[in-house]
Amino acid sequence: MSTDAILSFEEAMEKYDPVLGFEVHVELNTNTKMFSSAPNVFGDEPNTNVNEVDLGMPGVLPVVNKTAVESSIKIGLALNCKIAESCRFARKNYFYPDTPKNFQTSQYDEPIAYDGYLDIELSDGSVFRVEIERAHMEEDAGKLTHMGGATGRIQGADYSLVDYNRAGVPLVEIVTKPIEGAGSRAPELAKAYVAAVREIVKNLGVSDARMERGNVRCDANVSLRPHGRERFGIRSETKNVNSLRAVEHAVRYEIQRHAAVLESGEPVIQETRHWHEDTRTTTSGRAKSDADDYRYFPEPDLVPVLASREWVEELRATLPEPPAARRKRLQADWGYSDLEFRDVVNAGVMDSIEETIAAGASASVARKWWMGEIVGRAKTADVDPSELGVTPQTIVELNTLVEGGKINNKMASQVLDGVLAGEGAPAEIVEKRGLAVVSDDGPLLEAIDAALAAQPDVAEKIRGGKLQAIGAIVGGVMKATRGQADAGRVKELILERLGVEG
Amino acid sequence: MTELNNSELIRLSAAQLAAKLAAREVTSVEVTQAYLDRIADVDGQVNAFLHVNAEEALAVAAEVDAIRAAGGAEAEALHELAGVPIAVKDLIVTIGQPTTAGSKILEGWHSPYDATVIKKLRAAKMPILGKTNLDEFAMGSSTEHSAYGPTRNPWDLDRIPGGSGGGSAAAVAAFEAPLALGTDTGGSIRQPGAVTGTVGMKPTYGAVSRYGAIAMASSLDQIGPVSRTVLDSALLQEVIGGHDPFDSTSLTDRLDTLVAAAKTGNVTGMKIGIVKELHGEGYQAGVENRFNESLELLKEAGAEIVEVSCPNFKYALGAYYLIMPSEVSSNLAKFDGVRYGLRVLPKDGPMTIERVMGATRAAGFGDEVKRRIILGTYALSAGYYDAYYGSAQKVRTLIQRDFDAAFAQADVLISPTAPTTAFKLGEKLDDPLAMYLNDVATIPANMAGIPGLSLPGGLADEDGLPVGIQLLAPAREDARLYRVGAVLESLLEEKWGGPLLAKAPALDSSSTTAGGSN
Repeated sequence: MSTDAILSFEEAMEKYDPVLGFEVHVELNTNTKMFSSAPNVFGDEPNTNVNEVDLGMPGVLPVVNKTAVESSIKIGLALNCKIAESCRFARKNYFYPDTPKNFQTSQYDEPIAYDGYLDIELSDGSVFRVEIERAHMEEDAGKLTHMGGATGRIQGADYSLVDYNRAGVPLVEIVTKPIEGAGSRAPELAKAYVAAVREIVKNLGVSDARMERGNVRCDANVSLRPHGRERFGIRSETKNVNSLRAVEHAVRYEIQRHAAVLESGEPVIQETRHWHEDTRTTTSGRAKSDADDYRYFPEPDLVPVLASREWVEELRATLPEPPAARRKRLQADWGYSDLEFRDVVNAGVMDSIEETIAAGASASVARKWWMGEIVGRAKTADVDPSELGVTPQTIVELNTLVEGGKINNKMASQVLDGVLAGEGAPAEIVEKRGLAVVSDDGPLLEAIDAALAAQPDVAEKIRGGKLQAIGAIVGGVMKATRGQADAGRVKELILERLGVEG
Repeated sequence: MTELNNSELIRLSAAQLAAKLAAREVTSVEVTQAYLDRIADVDGQVNAFLHVNAEEALAVAAEVDAIRAAGGAEAEALHELAGVPIAVKDLIVTIGQPTTAGSKILEGWHSPYDATVIKKLRAAKMPILGKTNLDEFAMGSSTEHSAYGPTRNPWDLDRIPGGSGGGSAAAVAAFEAPLALGTDTGGSIRQPGAVTGTVGMKPTYGAVSRYGAIAMASSLDQIGPVSRTVLDSALLQEVIGGHDPFDSTSLTDRLDTLVAAAKTGNVTGMKIGIVKELHGEGYQAGVENRFNESLELLKEAGAEIVEVSCPNFKYALGAYYLIMPSEVSSNLAKFDGVRYGLRVLPKDGPMTIERVMGATRAAGFGDEVKRRIILGTYALSAGYYDAYYGSAQKVRTLIQRDFDAAFAQADVLISPTAPTTAFKLGEKLDDPLAMYLNDVATIPANMAGIPGLSLPGGLADEDGLPVGIQLLAPAREDARLYRVGAVLESLLEEKWGGPLLAKAPALDSSSTTAGGSN
């Protein structure tokens, strides 16, 4: 698909200094939509969560959702922003069939929150401050599905289906100031920034924050300039980069692509780019120029949104513990070392571990599973660990089976594979695959007798007190039982058989 | 109990009908049927109605009659206007009847919801006679821009009934309805009232919910009453007014002393201000004469007449023709053939969404609508916004300040409603600027969000056609307009020996077949 030349990341970094910028759209989890009383629910039958307002019927008027304003103020406060005492909505006019009114009601020159910052912790333990330009309220568009045609885009499609369930869902768009000085950490910072925003809105409880459902969507702006130059280069805007790993990859790719363009002596084209997860490349979208004219003007159907200082302070008082503070607390609660905890955070499984502990596992068990079993599998499958399909409940069930002696650790790993292969719950898989540890002593004793008979010299050594020789007999029993015996129990029975005190 | 024939019945005011209904001297079915008969008789000539809603209107009337006949608490609880029929401008959406906005682009469209004012009419159990004609999307001053043919002025069928609400005004003037709803963005209730000899009230912006009125220019639009008497408009405004959670721009409280004000009219000691800029040059001599006559009557009744100046009004028309089309260009973007209404496929070439939208809008909108969409799109464009939309908003502030200063010197302002009496059909159709000048006296009230009432001021000497007198009050002081309007109305009617409409020529009912396009 893409024939763009790229430079190696290292070479690009040698010659150029990247400048980043992000627009992160957060869908709020309010009960109703931004400007109508229709339900805000994901995944329902198309065009069922709509009323006359969402469909842009003649004569309708918008009404601002107060909860959405509250959520927006909370986001602003969590991003260390100032909150506007009075702000307005505007109309962004453009014709597109996913926008029922053919304009989007959005904040333009008067955002509800502005001038904030977010401190991002990077994997080397350093902290990078990202300045927030603004966070503003707007409404989401409907969802178009283009049928027929090769690309899945509107060009070349035979027809397009429109689902207006998403039309009017409240969004907060968080816009950074240009991020300078990240250098070769730019891709990591990109991922960490989006992860931090996602963590904050999830922590605030204002969004479901599920990137795979589009609750958090990122547009990543990248430009390069030669080291030492102050003026920014021409930027590209990669749209809808919708997983944390993709954000990292897209920024890295765009840096490499820009570098190749600049090396060739060509100017970078200011444009939107589409991210392709399959090839991990971007392709050219629409040329974005200053000629884009949305004819913004103040929304005459709405009155200004007023946020009294009292209200803002009331909301500030309800804010939950910030994520950084939460991390400190969790590390202390779980008793992980600094290194262990950083590994957990970098692997992106802190939330999963917290959920697993909440589901009944101990901190060490949760860490053992996520770090020992799941992170590796996610890496192989090339997805985020939380997206692999392992639930906290799965881990609790697996661990209960192990601790109850039903299966050993080696089998548990097989059961996990079964869970991921969609074979069912752990207990079912144990049964289906016939994996249970042999716990009936009868067959075990037979195997032990056979092993002892096969190695009489070893049996003699044990009788003579050389207990370390027992391994050979245990090995023979395990072999005979195809690993399904509990090694501890086997050892006990051997000693019992030989009349030796263990 | 006096027996009234239908001709007498339909000439009663809404208040008189309400009294007779309450006294059970007539039934709502009789009244409603009389109006339906009148529509059938004369609307072939007037073309005030786009849709006649006979079945539903009679059903509501029968329900009211049954409740009254049964008596008891339910009858007691009936609204004063229960059973009094009403016509509705076809810009206001209604379940059960088509809503066209006078445009081909909405031909055959049925709204899935009722406008808030319609819900209120239904709650008051007022039978809805039908939907009245208008300039397409309320853009015009003559109702000639309707896609369904012009409405004619009952005073002279060769003349315009004003616009955009010519259908509502003509229906009330031709005794096809005792009451009607209109919408007023730059004068669309008041100017048709003036040229048809009826009463039209534009309430304070926000006094009546706009939810369900198809938006022309959101910051200027206001639904209001059309009637034959000042009291009737007050009665109707109390039915339709009040806060609406579906309209963020609606006032948080209701203006509820309107009827009382209309009933206890009194101008003694009031200061009534003549706006220097809203009469004189450019106003027809007969209009000026009637205006001066009204001033004399008010003075005799004890009012003090003062002159005020609003120097920025000279910019009002220009600013209006930037703000209004800007909002129009955005408000009418939704009519694209994708979700409802007309859809036109391009005749040849690729079938892209842009081309379907383009073909639909090209075929569905009339010239005046297109003219304003183009004007507004231009005025909002990058690089022009500050010079056009931005400057116009500043003028709007200056107009509000002019009004503030004027109302510091006068309780109520007075002017002719329109510079001329009704002009001939076709006379100004090819001259948009001449057409726009009709609203020069009514536009300032919309720009400032204040209430404006037009009532009949008599007939112009030169053409014998109705002249309108406009009263303006500060925002939320709608009651003041009803108080002064009721006084002036009674003084004038005393002088005329009855209502002005009694002087209107009778419409020939024999030459018509059926009314409306039901």
